[in-house]
Amino acid sequence: MSDAANPGTPTAGPETTGHEWDGIAEYNNPLPRWWLYGLYATIVWAFGYWIAYPAWPLVSGYTGGLLGYSQRATVLHEVAAVRRERDARGQAQLASASVGEIRADPALLRLALATGKAAFGDNCAACHGTSATGRTGYPNLQDDEWLWGGSPEAIERTIRYGARSGHGEAHVGDMPAFGRDGVLTRGEIEAVASYVLSLSGKPGVAGAKLDTGAEIFAGNCAACHGASAKGNPEMGAPNLSDAVWLYGSAPEQVVATVTNGRKGVMPAWEGRLDAATIKALAVYVHSLGGGR
Amino acid sequence: MVPAPVPKHLTEGEAGLGLALLVGALLCGLASARVVDRPFAIHMSLFALAGLAGLAVILKRYEGRPALAPAQEIDGKPNYNLGPIKVACVAAMIWGIAGFLVGCIIAFQLWAPALNLGLEYTSFGRLRPLHTSAVIFAFGGNVLIGTSLYVVQRTCRARLAGDLAPWFVVLGYNLFIVIAGTGYLMGVTQSKEYAEPEWYADLWLTIVWGTYLVVFLATLWKRKEPHIFVANWFYLAFIVTIAMLHVVNNLALPVTVFGSKSYPIFSGVQDALVQWWYGHNAVGFFLTAGFLAIMYYFVPKRAERPIYSYRLSIIHFWTLIFMYIWAGPHHLHYTALPDWAQTLGMTFSIMLWMPSWGGMINGLMTLSGAWDKLRTDPVLRFMVVSLAFYGMATFEGPMMSIKAVNALSHYTDWTIGHVHSGALGWVAYISFGALYCLVPWLWNRRDLYSLKLVEWHFWISTLGIVLYISSMWVAGIMQGLMWRAYNALGFLEYSFVETVEAMQPYYLVRALGGVLFLIGALIMAYNLAMTIAGRTSAANAPLGDTLSGPAGLAPAE
Repeated sequence: MSDAANPGTPTAGPETTGHEWDGIAEYNNPLPRWWLYGLYATIVWAFGYWIAYPAWPLVSGYTGGLLGYSQRATVLHEVAAVRRERDARGQAQLASASVGEIRADPALLRLALATGKAAFGDNCAACHGTSATGRTGYPNLQDDEWLWGGSPEAIERTIRYGARSGHGEAHVGDMPAFGRDGVLTRGEIEAVASYVLSLSGKPGVAGAKLDTGAEIFAGNCAACHGASAKGNPEMGAPNLSDAVWLYGSAPEQVVATVTNGRKGVMPAWEGRLDAATIKALAVYVHSLGGGR
Repeated sequence: MVPAPVPKHLTEGEAGLGLALLVGALLCGLASARVVDRPFAIHMSLFALAGLAGLAVILKRYEGRPALAPAQEIDGKPNYNLGPIKVACVAAMIWGIAGFLVGCIIAFQLWAPALNLGLEYTSFGRLRPLHTSAVIFAFGGNVLIGTSLYVVQRTCRARLAGDLAPWFVVLGYNLFIVIAGTGYLMGVTQSKEYAEPEWYADLWLTIVWGTYLVVFLATLWKRKEPHIFVANWFYLAFIVTIAMLHVVNNLALPVTVFGSKSYPIFSGVQDALVQWWYGHNAVGFFLTAGFLAIMYYFVPKRAERPIYSYRLSIIHFWTLIFMYIWAGPHHLHYTALPDWAQTLGMTFSIMLWMPSWGGMINGLMTLSGAWDKLRTDPVLRFMVVSLAFYGMATFEGPMMSIKAVNALSHYTDWTIGHVHSGALGWVAYISFGALYCLVPWLWNRRDLYSLKLVEWHFWISTLGIVLYISSMWVAGIMQGLMWRAYNALGFLEYSFVETVEAMQPYYLVRALGGVLFLIGALIMAYNLAMTIAGRTSAANAPLGDTLSGPAGLAPAE
């Protein structure tokens, strides 16, 4: 290093400590006053806080503090206060009233819609979207097409028990895998898919025979979807003659549905949400525009 | 000089390390044949290959080296050992760019999740620890190891202790980085934030880190200075405490010694407390104490001024060390952690405010009488701005540890903004400053290739930091306020996913800020590479016309 003309050596100013390392000297300036008082102030404040709040562990237990603060007690107190306030607004009635009664009482309806909106965002939006418009495989709840029925009561039931959720009361009924299970050949599947698409005026697989498709439909599909393909909410069989396609309306998507079947799952919310919230959700979802 | 032939022998170190590497390689090779999971097989093979490569290098080196060990002094001047430091500096730059790049990728993924490409290897959950480990441990760690091995030699006027040991530390540490990083990509993790590597990587790091401690202590032991320089206190506190934190937080039982998975010996809230005792002190002793050590050497050196106050350095050192170790529980406010532990975490964090600022004061006041240099020296400007960010982050930290503030800030991106004002503003900037100083010194160059490029780096990355932290402040506080907003009926105003939607534009701004920071680092890498190559930019011509002349800041080697 350039020890000869060491620039680190002060020429004037406060005293240094007299040591020097690799050309670096150190002044011995006193601690800045404001800094030292700041340090003392935070220490004094900490002692005060320790006296007021739970702070130091002891052999068994800990110093509780003069204020008797407890995080657990505070949260229980606050939750109780919210419960009281909601009950005052009719939350208890929400649990006991039927969906029909809720919809008939404006104050109760307002509470149910607010409850439902909050619960929907936190529990349903992940699949059905924040505005309930759904996406491929997850039904749109804004339209008037309902797999398992669109009355407030039917919606409540679907939310409570789910579909193929494993709950004993859940909706059951699968779309079979006609291709994978060897029931229909590839050509037959293309024919029936094209027939189904033709019902709503959509193009099918090129060269597929629609009259063959119609025969296959009558033999294999009409039992659930109905002879005129209008669907059956008892079995969760969708209407195939309209423009709503849960798994897509491109010919290859419909072929895939017929080939591999569909087993979309809606979870059961009973036990995860209380009865009042489920009812509120049913009222809220019904109100979105497509309720029947 | 008497050229009498001296018989050449393997030193004890060469023989011992060579044998250890051979045995280790054999054991790893055996383990790789009996593994229960694929990543473990890859890692054991990697360890075995590294062991054999190490052995080959030792033998090759023995073949070419003179019979006598390198002299401790040449003509009365210490014969500094700079090789391992050069490797650490180059590794730091490469890892830094990799880490910043992965940071940018995951920042864009938060803005548009489809950018995870639907592949497990590029999913956010795997790239995020890759980013944090690459910037903290790979970039920051190499800067710390490199600068500490340099500073301890210069300020002790003694050659680094050990012959192979410093090489083992630098190369072994970087092997750990490779094992950790490739592990994350393959899904190997123990799911502890900033301590994700699994048990076998942790064991390896323990060996490397222990060696680092011994090398550092032994060099201090043989010092020619009567007193230990302040930077070395901070380095030593960093090395010792990280060793303790690493060992305790990683206490775990492997499911089998032939597999990568292990389980921590702590469970529940105890595990959480140990994790955040570790996590916060990684901030305190890795990212604060270690980089303060860098500050204490490089700021006075570059400014050519004495350190402002020896007394302040003592007091703030001991208060910092004593108080930091308590502050971890503030990461667990309003959780199952008992009230008393939360109180201690918060109050010690508040008391930590002034001890933290002591380092900032000592750094900034060292410049009194040299402020004019900021106009002409962009390297010094990096270091001064780093101290400003350090001061800001160490005020913001205690503030966020206050329970009432934490109730708003916790789990929001405000925390991410806070971390990055410290990480980009303080840690990276002081590292950039140190590397800009160190590279010309190590490679014996008169000056950097181009100060103009340092200017560009400074302004582009500063703009990047400002975009980053201001977007995260706004987004984080908005997020916290949205989470706690209630409507007239006492229901939450927003669902969680609505708050996510509201964050999206800020995520884009943040990602763009990160890109600017990355561009700055690329400029720096180019500048340093040209410096190492011995080139001088036209803009620097008046300074660097005679490179072979008496090197201005070059170390006496």
